[in-house]
Amino acid sequence: MIPQLGQAALLLALAVALLAGTVPLAGATLGRPRWMALARPLARLHFALVVAAFGCLAASFVRNDFSVLYVAVNSNSTLPLGYRLAGVWGGHEGSLLLWLTMLAGWMLAVAQFSRQLPEAFVARVLAVMGWISIGFLLFMLLSSNPFERVFPPPPDGNDLNPLLQDPGMVAHPPMLYMGYVGFSVAFAFAVAALLGGTLDAAWARWTRPWTTAAWACLTIGIMLGSLWAYYVLGWGGWWFWDPVENASFMPWLAGTALIHSLAVTEKRGAFKSWTVLLAIVAFSLSLLGTFIVRSGVLSSVHAFATDPKRGLIILVFLAIVIGGSLALYAWRAPTLGLGSRFGVVSRESMLLANNVLLVVAMLSVLLGTLYPLLLDALGQGKLSVGPPYFDTVFVPLMVPAVLLLGLGPLAKWKQAALPELAHRLRWAAVASIAAALIAGAWAGHISAGTTLGLWMAFWIVASIAVDLWQRRGQWQALPRAMVGMLVAHLGVAAFAFGISMVKSYEAERDVKMAPGDTAELAGHVFAFRGVREMQGPNYDALQGLLEVSRGGTLVATLRPEKRIYRVQQTPTTEAAISPGPVRDLYVSLGEPVDQGRAWIVRLYVKPFVDWIWGGCVLMALGGAIAASDRRYRARRRESQAGVIAEAGA
Amino acid sequence: MKGLRFALPLALFAALVFFLWRGLSLDPREVPSPLIGKPAPAFALAQLDDAAPTLRRDDMLGKVWVLNVWASWCTACREEHALLLAFSGAGIVPIVGLDYKDTQPEAQAWLARFGNPYTATAFDGDGRVGIDFGVYGVPETFVIDRRGVVRFKQVGPLTPQVLEQRILPLLKELSRG
Repeated sequence: MIPQLGQAALLLALAVALLAGTVPLAGATLGRPRWMALARPLARLHFALVVAAFGCLAASFVRNDFSVLYVAVNSNSTLPLGYRLAGVWGGHEGSLLLWLTMLAGWMLAVAQFSRQLPEAFVARVLAVMGWISIGFLLFMLLSSNPFERVFPPPPDGNDLNPLLQDPGMVAHPPMLYMGYVGFSVAFAFAVAALLGGTLDAAWARWTRPWTTAAWACLTIGIMLGSLWAYYVLGWGGWWFWDPVENASFMPWLAGTALIHSLAVTEKRGAFKSWTVLLAIVAFSLSLLGTFIVRSGVLSSVHAFATDPKRGLIILVFLAIVIGGSLALYAWRAPTLGLGSRFGVVSRESMLLANNVLLVVAMLSVLLGTLYPLLLDALGQGKLSVGPPYFDTVFVPLMVPAVLLLGLGPLAKWKQAALPELAHRLRWAAVASIAAALIAGAWAGHISAGTTLGLWMAFWIVASIAVDLWQRRGQWQALPRAMVGMLVAHLGVAAFAFGISMVKSYEAERDVKMAPGDTAELAGHVFAFRGVREMQGPNYDALQGLLEVSRGGTLVATLRPEKRIYRVQQTPTTEAAISPGPVRDLYVSLGEPVDQGRAWIVRLYVKPFVDWIWGGCVLMALGGAIAASDRRYRARRRESQAGVIAEAGA
Repeated sequence: MKGLRFALPLALFAALVFFLWRGLSLDPREVPSPLIGKPAPAFALAQLDDAAPTLRRDDMLGKVWVLNVWASWCTACREEHALLLAFSGAGIVPIVGLDYKDTQPEAQAWLARFGNPYTATAFDGDGRVGIDFGVYGVPETFVIDRRGVVRFKQVGPLTPQVLEQRILPLLKELSRG
């Protein structure tokens, strides 16, 4: 009964989405207020129906209803309840339903928080989002129905992929999709503006909080994924340049560029067509990411669901959405006009340079991700592009980007003077270089690469300090958007600091250890106390016990595990980590040797590794603070007044 | 003609769609190999572990065995590694590694770090033997019978399905025959 209800809810949602995609749009074109007014109620109804469908799938998981094929494939009666719920998005069909739920949520949010926007604009935005929903609903109903039944139902399910049975995995996809799908708002705003033919500072002001909120969610989503890889895959790595990771990183880079160019469009009216293009690109990359993960064109650790027919449907959908919006852009963008002029050295020019760097970074990730596919499609053979390529391309792009990150916020709009900037930042430059050298010497040794990395972190901090010093006395009056920017930039600093420290000073050892053996690593003594068998709810495990001491005092007790999940008989490695602000102690079990009398144990001491994720949290927090700026929620009259005032200025 | 630059993103995207569409009809994992049913190319290579004697194809005649092409630079190899270790642990047939276009210290470190599933590893630093075997995606896995004939080839990481449904039945059949 419940699965049928879910199915019905999806069909009804499709009908509602069709209405939402057409009637308000026609109303906006023909100037019929009553048709336009339908947009908001339809968005609410659409949300209710999609959430009902999602709830039905979740209920099927909770009730172990294995007559639903998707539940049978992704769950098992011994699976703990929390993971049964996470199983809702553990596979292909459910992931799509989660995607759709997020989209419905963002539509609802737009419907609720858009009172200050013109009716015709809201109608167009919701209609565009309605069309995206139509595409996803059709895809689900035609090729990936989560409510498909099996008869007779199997006695028990196939279990959730053991790698996904992890708290990090419960939260990672929803946050990631919140971000991915959140860019659909900026996309819809851009398309609505192109359709309506008006694109002004007010448009940029409306778009900014939505973009920033989506970007913050995406940041957290990527961070959780990376954290998950760090402690589940057992290699101590946190980013692998895997195609699927890249798929989430590309929209992030485009979104970061978009946030910055929106600032220019709002304040100075410049970069209009560029901003619109970025809004289209950011969401297109989210869709492309979905395509890459779901179609199986690239083989990767994450590509657990692959089916060419599904791939073709997504590709057609991509072609319509992205191709259509880019065609609209090609047609309407030339009429948007240019913004005000600015000097070669100005905040605008620096933000433009930052945009170019971010977009080039995004394109090089795109190239590296798709290159194997391009070669293959041309019959030139298969190969995989690995971390060396990305590292080589990325560092030279990020160094100038960080340099600008320090300069930009201090530069004046329109026209800045380089000598004056240099004068203001001279202490920041000296202090950051000195701090980088001191930190390097303190951590062990000084090398060019590390000093560069550490300098980037300290440069950001120092330039923020200079900025705040020069604004002393007016801190109370700092707008939230500005505070958010400073916090996010501090996040970049923490991130760069963490990476530089880990890359340069992490210590790693693989040792054969029998019970009672000790091994020394970076001032820590690891004592192996042996391995015992234990049983989890749906797995059997071997659990090692290690005691770590430093200078004679016990600092951590670590219990790494090797698990075999009973249903799928898949082995997984659970690393044991003792996290800390200045270092992580990381231990994972390798293989048993000498007939099980000893084990290969991997030991790592990773200095400041948590700063990487801490930096991401700061960036997202900065985004959240900026998005909550009251200025963005100003009433329509005030914002129009603002436009006039700005135009007059 | 100034308006044309606004159409550039559309043109780029159209090209991308073309490639993605072509990509859909290609399976990244399945490649026909002209080697199947033919004798495995002859080779004589130093082993990764310097102390061990030269490894030749003909050393393996009379045995059913598996050749796994890997390298320390290959991330996809890590993906199949746990499976390979389990497979090797079962001790069904010898698994010979072919360390392709690699350096010895890095390869040895890699095995020490991730575990060594191989009965022996031939070191193919310049990749010549790999070329004879038609390697163009690492990892690759070959099943070779007693007479030295290649019976199966997998491009890309092994999966539990391929191992259970293709390789294990084939090995059973070959060992019986």
